[in-house]
Amino acid sequence: MSENLIELKNISKRFGGVRALDSVSMNIRPGEIHCLAGENGSGKSTIIKVMSGVYTPEEGQILISGEPVSKLDPIKAVQNGIQVIWQDFSLFGNLTVAENLALNTYILEGRGRMDWARARKMAREVLARLDVELDIDADVETLPTSGKQIVAIARAILAEARLIIMDEPTTALTRHEVDALFAIVRDLQAQGIAVLFVSHKMREMLEISDRLTVFRNGKKVAEGQMSEFDEPAITRAMTGLELEEQPYVANISADTAPVLEVKNLCVPGIVEGVDLELRPGEIVGISGLIGSGRTELARALFGMENARADTFRIGGRDIFPRSVQEAIGLGIAYVPEDRLSEGLFLTQSIERNMVVSIMDRLRKGLFLDRKAMRSKTEDMFATMQIAAPSADTAVGNLSGGNAQRVMLGRWLLTGAKILILNGPTVGVDVGSKAKIHKIIRDLAHKEGLAVVMISDDVPELTGNCNRIHVMHGGRFVAHFEGQAMSEDQINDSLKALK
Amino acid sequence: MRRLQSTEAVIAVVLILAMVLIGLVNPAFWGVGNLFSLAKSNVIIGIMALGVLLVMISGGIDVSFPAIAAAALYITVRTMVTLDYDGVLLPFMAACVIGVGLGAFNAFIIDRFKMIPLIVTLGTASIVRGLVLGLLGTSIVNINKMPHGLIAFGSQDIAAATASNGANVGLTAMVLVYGAIALVIHFVLRHTMTGRSVYAYGGDPEAARRAGVNTRRTIYFVYCTAGLLAGFAGLLHSSMIWQANPRDFVGLELDVIAAVVLGGASIFGGRGSVLGTMIGVFTLVMVKNSLILMKVDTTWQRVVVGAIIILATAITAWRDRKKLA
Amino acid sequence: MTAKAENKPFFRRLLGEDASIIQLGVITLAIFVLMSAMNPDKFLRYYNFESITYVMPELGILSIAMMVAMLTGGIDLSIVGIANLAAITAGIYFRHPAVAEAIAAGGAGVVLHTIMGVLIALTVGLSAGLLNGILISRLRIIPILATLGTGQVFAGLALVLTGGPAIVGFPQTWNWLGTGKLLGIAAPFWVLIVVAAIVAILLRRTHLGVNLMLIGTNARAAVFAGIRSSRMILYSYALTGVMAAIAGILLSGRTNSAKADFGASYLLQAVLIAVLGGTNPAGGKGKVLGVLLALVALMFLSSGMQMMRTSNFMIDAVWGGFLVLVIAINYLRSRK
Repeated sequence: MSENLIELKNISKRFGGVRALDSVSMNIRPGEIHCLAGENGSGKSTIIKVMSGVYTPEEGQILISGEPVSKLDPIKAVQNGIQVIWQDFSLFGNLTVAENLALNTYILEGRGRMDWARARKMAREVLARLDVELDIDADVETLPTSGKQIVAIARAILAEARLIIMDEPTTALTRHEVDALFAIVRDLQAQGIAVLFVSHKMREMLEISDRLTVFRNGKKVAEGQMSEFDEPAITRAMTGLELEEQPYVANISADTAPVLEVKNLCVPGIVEGVDLELRPGEIVGISGLIGSGRTELARALFGMENARADTFRIGGRDIFPRSVQEAIGLGIAYVPEDRLSEGLFLTQSIERNMVVSIMDRLRKGLFLDRKAMRSKTEDMFATMQIAAPSADTAVGNLSGGNAQRVMLGRWLLTGAKILILNGPTVGVDVGSKAKIHKIIRDLAHKEGLAVVMISDDVPELTGNCNRIHVMHGGRFVAHFEGQAMSEDQINDSLKALK
Repeated sequence: MRRLQSTEAVIAVVLILAMVLIGLVNPAFWGVGNLFSLAKSNVIIGIMALGVLLVMISGGIDVSFPAIAAAALYITVRTMVTLDYDGVLLPFMAACVIGVGLGAFNAFIIDRFKMIPLIVTLGTASIVRGLVLGLLGTSIVNINKMPHGLIAFGSQDIAAATASNGANVGLTAMVLVYGAIALVIHFVLRHTMTGRSVYAYGGDPEAARRAGVNTRRTIYFVYCTAGLLAGFAGLLHSSMIWQANPRDFVGLELDVIAAVVLGGASIFGGRGSVLGTMIGVFTLVMVKNSLILMKVDTTWQRVVVGAIIILATAITAWRDRKKLA
Repeated sequence: MTAKAENKPFFRRLLGEDASIIQLGVITLAIFVLMSAMNPDKFLRYYNFESITYVMPELGILSIAMMVAMLTGGIDLSIVGIANLAAITAGIYFRHPAVAEAIAAGGAGVVLHTIMGVLIALTVGLSAGLLNGILISRLRIIPILATLGTGQVFAGLALVLTGGPAIVGFPQTWNWLGTGKLLGIAAPFWVLIVVAAIVAILLRRTHLGVNLMLIGTNARAAVFAGIRSSRMILYSYALTGVMAAIAGILLSGRTNSAKADFGASYLLQAVLIAVLGGTNPAGGKGKVLGVLLALVALMFLSSGMQMMRTSNFMIDAVWGGFLVLVIAINYLRSRK
């Protein structure tokens, strides 16, 4: 008997010319909490898909309970107790909790009849096993994210999971909900179910996991007991770099007039009175959990929320942007969190993506001034050092880093004075990340932009900001500046939040 | 589920208010003759609406069912006339088979080529109508040629009464057929895994695939059943009006879709119920029929149907927006 | 040789950028050759092409209108209703005793009243389009249902206005728009060319056109980029409505009559031509040139089939079959 629940030996998987996995081996033992860490594009989502039978690797061997499995497909994976909880949960919002829980089981059993009584009984039992209370007759879409996650976990348990793989499970949870999730995970462990966390949040990994595997560029670069690692060691393994960015020192004299002054900004029910002052050349970080109101604050500054404030002064002028167009006109720019769904027009050219927000200004009579459009795009193309054949290339063909540079270029063209970045390097690989940071720092330092940087990534903030606010419950609850601005302090401050 | 029920309650309240109002304007509304004829008018639209309901729950839309119904009825009746056949069961089975076949064609194109159902079914409608009219001709099979068995079947009553003007009026037995079909569809949707798969697929096709739902089977089930109901309703209609017209049901898709939307089904899929649809059908048919009672010129009918669609969808859109806020 | 060398990149660019246009050109040519071969005496006659130029414009304009609605991922199922309502309203204006008298008197009054009638029809189209736009962009009703409903309302109003029978007896100048000639070319064809050119320029060269394309590509991103999405969508449906009214004018001018249920089969044909012309019904992609090519292809097809004495019903069936075929081809091509 092997002590491994699942063992992968020398797995390789290629997509076109790209080696997503390069002879990777890893194993998971029964009942352990294992963490798989890696940057975007490191191959961690590919390996999940290999384990769950979605992808078939070109080379290598998969052993489940010591037995080699040939051609693992999704059905075989489920039969062997491997369950994946995807980031979007794959639940049915229009169906009740009970039905969501019963559906898979019934389909697996090949039932023809929908047995509601049994479905509700199953739901009640499995939720009792997890020791959580949920209304089993509620439609799933009415539940908060944490509730949906519980339903997804319960569903995996009902499928007699021996290994539950969770893809970035903590991204959308508050600290409190993360604690509740960890309690459930420890409970699962006690019942002999192994859990594989796939995450890039080091602090949480350190907290919960027994063992760690780190991927970089399709290869396994580290593996071992969690106790053998500390945060810098994991970062080193993930990025392959010693990230020692010097804190950003803002190039401002004390008497520079603020470009933005906001007092007591409120978005009903979400942002409860925020004071913010920005000077040209500053990079101000905002850290906080999802649900802290940080995104809504950014949207309010960008004219997208039904917000009010006692003072809202831009460049010394009392004016409150009521629409995105007004905000842009006032020199505010916002790079949203989700670049793909909120930022870019993927099938359209780089040119159109860049000039979209200044098209009103590029007119010659009734028509667009195409020469001006082209020359502005070419300039920005060069400034941002975008790697693409031409400005006619569709943005969908660009890498994450280049795409993000297109976004930044768009806003620079508007002549923005205030740049709000929400998760500026989410989904960007390590090399590009540093380049984007440099661009942002240069914009602040040389061009005198005032930047607000919202991020989950604490080192990103400490490495690039001259001061940092910690946001919680719609308010700024802590403020760090200069020497006080260490990663540990901010993490401690975030951890203290309940 | 609970919200669905409340949607049904809202439409039911609207329906009752409309009935009271119409009754006040013209008390003849409550006459047994009018009520019986109202019930009769529900049958065909209702059966078709149940098919459209299935399609809408799956997240699709079907505008080809009137063409399918016309094709099924005309091909069947013309064949009967040619062969001088006078049965009932076999013709209805034939009409159903034609409906299923054409529904399967819809399903094939939608599933195989991943095209949006509106455009696919527009195309199917055009092909079916064109072929029927082009190959079989446009002549109407009148009562003197209609097979007697069909006429006898369609003329059965289950209840008779004397209207206020002294005429004898009957309640068509076809309402029982409608009721039975509704019960079956309700049972399938609510209590079988096939039915629940339709809701799951309409709610989130990708999640349904991951959960192991056979999505291809679901699509075929939905469009074939819609075709079957259309084919059946087509021949039933023919036997109730004692003639077979290949141009029947032109423009009916709008009424039926309006009724289903009115009944609370979501065009985005995943929501809708048999009861709601039946109430929606009843409301629409009643309003249309009562325009005459309310001394409104019949030419206004289409305007009223259009306004009902706009109103019903505007209210739904408004409700969903409030939920988002 | 040098000329060839210069041409090559141009062709390659054309091929690389727009395989669908090339594909369409090939289809059109194939249909042309096929129909010429099957009707050796009749198809290649000047008269045939001339008559096509009279019938084609109304459908062409409706198809371009449909394409514009599809750019933002919408659809306009009310275009035929708008076209008829616009023509009927103008017809009623011409029937007004005072107007009828002035027209009977002849002279400049006829032209003046015709212009007035055109303006009335266009206003009806604009208002109808604005109503669609408001329902879709402000009340957030999804386009299929909104235009399904308004289509009923417009057709219903047309019925109420006429009471059922067709309105006949339009002024001669009005009928000239549908049957006349200018510089040896059919007047309605000129209208089609002008409308097509304006829309083509609008889509490529103006703020509105590019914005519509971007909204259709990613509606959420459009909001974050500061595009006034709901206003742009409103404009697009207003434009669609106006184009439908123009089609209505041409149709009533050609047939010298207007009726509530004219041109019912145009709706499907407009959808078909738009999709065949490379418009993505999910939004973000559409070209006037593609729509025109598809239009010509289908016009050749139906005129050739008419020569072979195929019934109009069968032609409808063939068009439907063509739509399904195009869906299949587009799907197979996109998978490559």
